[in-house]
Amino acid sequence: MLTPATPAPGVHVPDPAKRKLAIFIVLACTLLVAVGQYLIKLGANRLSHAGLVATMIGIFTIPQLFAGYCLYGVFTVLFVYALRHGELSILYPLIALGYVWVTITAVVAFHETMNPFKIVGLLVIISGVAVLGIGGGAGAE
Amino acid sequence: MVLVLVGSVIGSVGAIFLKSGAHQVNRHWTSIAFNWRLALGVGTYLASSVLFVKGMSNGELSVLFPLVSLSYVCTLVWSRLFFHEAITKVKLTGVGLILAGIIFLSLGSR
Repeated sequence: MLTPATPAPGVHVPDPAKRKLAIFIVLACTLLVAVGQYLIKLGANRLSHAGLVATMIGIFTIPQLFAGYCLYGVFTVLFVYALRHGELSILYPLIALGYVWVTITAVVAFHETMNPFKIVGLLVIISGVAVLGIGGGAGAE
Repeated sequence: MVLVLVGSVIGSVGAIFLKSGAHQVNRHWTSIAFNWRLALGVGTYLASSVLFVKGMSNGELSVLFPLVSLSYVCTLVWSRLFFHEAITKVKLTGVGLILAGIIFLSLGSR
């Protein structure tokens, strides 16, 4: 699994500037997703005992759910654009930066408590995203 | 919990279709409108989101978060299989750190 792979036929190798742009777009997108996730969680609380069909209807009738999914739509368009210029295995894990935004929002806006576990978790996630972002942007093996 | 687990695997499969569909897009609008790969990618994303909403409305987030993050590991494997993207030390380190961070985060969220 660790052997260097050759590009698949038909998949063009992107140029470095666009590869960096793709990474930046995905990182910016995580902010959108964080807001979307929060809205979806708010809306999901109103669906605790709903069936699958009721959940689908809820996506269109509960404002928080609808707004949350609209943000996901914007994210998807930007993500597809980014995928044209970067590797999936670099760009997809970058979405994990969203965890950092969600945790910060919870502490700042909703007065959830911060504790050592959370702080370590945030720092480790940020370092993981940094490794992927910097390594992926440089095209490092 | 099973809902969220299935949802995260489906979500990572959706990313494969988005990636392969993204390369079919050109200046002509039909390349988006009749792009079955993109449609399938968005469809599987939606399916996984419905499963997340269902799963998260019942379960505890601290348990569910790490399950969602398994999709990052799946993506490394799918990318190698379908797009011949090498599994490099950079990627293993990055995804490993992200997984570890998410586990810490969920421990702190109990």
